[in-house]
Amino acid sequence: MSRIIDKTAAELAADIREGRLTSVEVTTAFLERIEAVDGTIKAFLHVDREGALATAAEVDAAVSAGQELGPLAGVPIAVKDVVVTKGLPTTAASKILEGWIPPYDATITERIKAAKMPILGKTNMDEFAMGSSTEYSAFGKTLNPWDTGRIPGGSGGGSAAAVAAKMAPLAIGTDTGGSIRQPGAVTGTFGAKPTYGSNSRYGLIAFSSSLDTPGPVSRNALDGALLHEVISGYDPRDSTAIDAPVPPVVAAAKAGATGDLSGVKLGIVKEFAEGVGAAEPGVIAAYEAGVEQLVKLGAELIEVSCPSFNYALPTYYLIAPSEASSNLARYDGVRYGLRSGDDGRHSLEEVMSLTREAGFGPEVKRRIILGTYALSAGYVDAFYGKAQLVRTLIKQDFEKAFESVDAIISPTTPFIAFKFGERTGDPYQMYLADLYTIPTNLYGGPGVSVPVGLSEGMPVGLQVMGPVMGDDITYRVAAALESTQDTLLADTAPEIEGN
Amino acid sequence: MSTISREEVAHLARLARLEVTDDELDAFAGQLDVILESMKTLAEVNTDGVQPTSHAVPLVNVFREDQPQPSLPRDAVLAGAPDTAEDRFRVPRILDEEA
Repeated sequence: MSRIIDKTAAELAADIREGRLTSVEVTTAFLERIEAVDGTIKAFLHVDREGALATAAEVDAAVSAGQELGPLAGVPIAVKDVVVTKGLPTTAASKILEGWIPPYDATITERIKAAKMPILGKTNMDEFAMGSSTEYSAFGKTLNPWDTGRIPGGSGGGSAAAVAAKMAPLAIGTDTGGSIRQPGAVTGTFGAKPTYGSNSRYGLIAFSSSLDTPGPVSRNALDGALLHEVISGYDPRDSTAIDAPVPPVVAAAKAGATGDLSGVKLGIVKEFAEGVGAAEPGVIAAYEAGVEQLVKLGAELIEVSCPSFNYALPTYYLIAPSEASSNLARYDGVRYGLRSGDDGRHSLEEVMSLTREAGFGPEVKRRIILGTYALSAGYVDAFYGKAQLVRTLIKQDFEKAFESVDAIISPTTPFIAFKFGERTGDPYQMYLADLYTIPTNLYGGPGVSVPVGLSEGMPVGLQVMGPVMGDDITYRVAAALESTQDTLLADTAPEIEGN
Repeated sequence: MSTISREEVAHLARLARLEVTDDELDAFAGQLDVILESMKTLAEVNTDGVQPTSHAVPLVNVFREDQPQPSLPRDAVLAGAPDTAEDRFRVPRILDEEA
């Protein structure tokens, strides 16, 4: 392949470092691609051409001056609009934050800037990261580059679609119940939810604070690992940050790429195969073909039983909305964002209610009401309290499983990208998209989604889950699976018709 | 019998400061009922003697040195506010009295 946009982030970084390409050439190529196809895909809410090119020019000057550069210097990146970026609009795809320009950077934004990666812009998502399709964005849906009649996943559909459509070699996502991995699966891209607490939440617009985790979106495991190491690591500004060395994910991805998994024990969760949410046949077929490849590489399969996983979905949909109802109380029309009804005739309380009514979309309102219910007197023990107890059982099931296996594998999501409008009428059907990704969030361990094949012409993802701070094994298994594919799935997406 | 009534949804919306419309109330009541019905399955799970998990990482009391740190400049913070007056956030009247 000859085009700049077809190269992986690792290749681009080497080309820039070794003088074969300038960062300005690379960044311009992606900006031109955005101009050519984003009118169709609508992955970006905001494009920062000037800012991206300015960073690129700095990198090129540094290369000319012979300065030492970081591993991804000069490689452009797209950032999910839930991550605050100083001076760049940040809305979490909500009307309540429309026009807000953050006065500070998230820790991961700071690290991207310190790594000299040009920020191309901010990507679309479900409002406040609540959803599995980007249909809940207040600013319109993002289209799946594989089939523009279908969803790109969510909540991080914009980041996944931007990478799948080669508008960015890398992107940042956030994953609370699957918002990095499920979009990765349905767009044929790689996505990783790191161990909770290993990547700073400082400057992420909060959804569910005990679950939210930022992580990389890329076309393959090695690129994801390179970005993982740029953004990961202890941050004293996040009170739940883990003060421990970053797992060696780049080395693990390189080890996996050699195609040797001998001695690696992979767990298959019995309950996933039997449960109410068993995957559709095409997804199972693609997944099982991938599992066969892993076995050929030397992996050993071991069935593990995690009975509490049957209750992960209701547990999650009590804990996450409860935390969200509390976190979203800050949108009161006072300090930032929208204010509605302030005409001198309404009291502060009425203005708050009118602001929140005008500023929040339907799924956000539903979850605020659900969370308020689960936390209200008389129900808190039966709902929120009970969910916290079942969460402990889910953690224990993982811990027990990891006594006998190195990693657990499953399909990433039960179904391929569905068509627009198919699940918006029944929120519960939308929630099922995260059936296999949610347990890991409740446990806190890492999980990645790697493209494994196609069903009905649409990508299918294989999920690899690891123990807490065992992110490296997830990258190793994912890279090993990639090594069995002649062409990366991400490189086989259909060409997109321009604007 | 439904788990949650339209009136309860209206009450919860008020508690959460959401001025929901009648149409929204109709839609939410039905949808929340389906969701809550699925959550009742948690009652089946035996959790006797189980400790709750509020956070994935078992951390307690993270301390830092009590050193002054620079904060954001006032102008930068107020720049994002819907309304300001005299270097402060301006809010509508709080008490129910003549403005």
